[in-house]
Amino acid sequence: MNRRVSFKFRLYVAGDTENSAQALANLTKICSTRLTDRHEIEIVDVFEEPKRAMADGVFMTPTLLILAPSPMRRIVGTLGQTKTVLQTLGLGTIAA
Amino acid sequence: MRLSENSTKSVRSSPDRFPAKAKTGILGFDEITGGGLPHGRTTLLAGGPGSGKTIFGLQFLVYGARTCKEPGIFVAFEEAPERIVTNFETFGWKLADLLKEKLFFLDAHPTPDLIQSGTFDLSGMLAVLGAKAKEMGARRIVFDAMDILLALLPDAATKRREIYRLHEWLLASGLTGLITAKAAREEEGSLGQQSFGFMQFMVDCAVVLNHRVEMGVSQRNLRVQKYRGSNFDENESPFVIGKSGFDVAVSRILGRVDAKVTNERVTSGVKRLDTMLGGGYYRGASVLITGFPGTAKTTLSGAFAEAACRRGERTMFIGFDSDGTEVIRNLTSVGIRLAPYVKNGTLRMISARTITGSAETLLVRIKSLAKEHKARCLVIDPVSTLSKAGNELTAHGVAERLIDWCKSDLITLVCTSLLDEMAGKVDAGTPLQVSTLADTWIHLNYLVQAGERNRGLSIIKSRGTEHSNQVRELILSDAGVTLADIYTAGGEVLMGTLRWERESAERVAGEVADVAGKLKRVSLDAEEAVLQVRAKSLQTELVAKKVEKTLLERTTQSHAQELSRGYSRMRELRGADAPTPRRKKAV
Repeated sequence: MNRRVSFKFRLYVAGDTENSAQALANLTKICSTRLTDRHEIEIVDVFEEPKRAMADGVFMTPTLLILAPSPMRRIVGTLGQTKTVLQTLGLGTIAA
Repeated sequence: MRLSENSTKSVRSSPDRFPAKAKTGILGFDEITGGGLPHGRTTLLAGGPGSGKTIFGLQFLVYGARTCKEPGIFVAFEEAPERIVTNFETFGWKLADLLKEKLFFLDAHPTPDLIQSGTFDLSGMLAVLGAKAKEMGARRIVFDAMDILLALLPDAATKRREIYRLHEWLLASGLTGLITAKAAREEEGSLGQQSFGFMQFMVDCAVVLNHRVEMGVSQRNLRVQKYRGSNFDENESPFVIGKSGFDVAVSRILGRVDAKVTNERVTSGVKRLDTMLGGGYYRGASVLITGFPGTAKTTLSGAFAEAACRRGERTMFIGFDSDGTEVIRNLTSVGIRLAPYVKNGTLRMISARTITGSAETLLVRIKSLAKEHKARCLVIDPVSTLSKAGNELTAHGVAERLIDWCKSDLITLVCTSLLDEMAGKVDAGTPLQVSTLADTWIHLNYLVQAGERNRGLSIIKSRGTEHSNQVRELILSDAGVTLADIYTAGGEVLMGTLRWERESAERVAGEVADVAGKLKRVSLDAEEAVLQVRAKSLQTELVAKKVEKTLLERTTQSHAQELSRGYSRMRELRGADAPTPRRKKAV
């Protein structure tokens, strides 16, 4: 895996509900440990911007959209299972 | 407080006190529930795969958007909206026209590339829906296949939490909600076992759709399981997914039946039968003709159809046994000519032999065909088809509705019903028990006697008309259908050749008696003549005798005169004595 690749995330949250807070915390943790300096996180609150959620087809919160590198993928949930998240990001093979 | 609540529930007479209802546009369903789904509340619609949940939901929305000015949102968890729109084109709902502002599809079906990590909730969706509902002024919402979404949630507690979230949101939004969910086959009756089972306790109304196959025939049923604050029909009601969507059968619509009663008579097509019935069938009556195979049931109904067409009344003939053209050909052989009426469009022959399906489906087809044709007279030959394999349970209800419907539309219905000869129960009624519902029941049977079968016709009942109690013989000839009196001799009914023999024997006997009478008269005439002759000769003799007698008298008289004259002359000549009288005179 090319270490130069930079990651672009969009995390849809539902206000400050518990699930959303957990997801944000988990994402931040993964980024800071594995993707230092090569990630970008945008947080969208569905209560404030429901139209964006609809446009992105986000109905379950929290939902993480991995916009880059392509193809776009989405992970639904609190991102609690770090292994699944890493595999989706293509970082699963590298030892933590 | 509790008491007053209960009393409100038990009051069934005043519909005003029920919560407002959102009409579904599904005719039968709105009748069962007294107006539709609870307005501003949530309804659960459960049913097995292919039981029609999506159709129900969509029809509810389409009707709302088109007729009630209540735009709606359809949340599709199972199918992509594009596919739904395409699939439902066949119902002629023109979804595409509504899509712009009155109907919104939310594509919420989980994509195959969806990756799940940890738990989630529905806040996102509800936020999106809330915004959309506000934007388009939606009043109705359908969550289709809720079970799909619930399956993604890890445990029962989470599922429950999300259902509560949804329910709370629905209550707060004031939308009339419909949630559909799959029920496994075994559990259709009892939703309690399902993962979403407790949803039925939460919602204000629960409807169960049921789809079973009985002896290869699909039977669909709908049942309202609960409806808070409203009375409803608790029984299973059969329904059909027809050309234009749902059609729920309601067994009796109050106020519609018996609405039109007329004294007008229509001919049965057989003159003597009309006489037997005191003038024919009543218009709008249902007539049942029962009999074994080959007792001329079709012929009799054909005669009715022909007579109706001759009056110019639009008629429909539905034959389950044979093809329309076959029926026409066969009836031509007995002088019933239907072909010209088919040609000019008065008569429509429907061959329903190939239509398979539930009795309910047949009824819906019959109704829509009859409406299409604007039929005033309807022949169904035979109606017993309704109860063929797999339909025994529902057939009676269907027949009942068929009759009710015909009555309310003032359609004169003639249906035949096959009786199983082997059963041997001629008067026990028909398998459908239509006989109790029919206004006029004509029974045809065979009489096997002296090596031949003859057809007998009798009227078992005819409501409201005087009718003959006699059995008549039904005679089919190329000149048409006629009825003949039958002979009863020594307690036996004579028909066919025996009747003919009896008739000719009587004719011969009559002739013999006639001749004998004539002979007797001739001989009497002769005797009279002889006597007259004799009387004449006697008279002549008498006259002769009288003449003789007169002659004799005259002879005797003149002789006496002659004699006395002779005496006087003699005395004179003798001169002896004075004539005695003179002497006496002288004294």
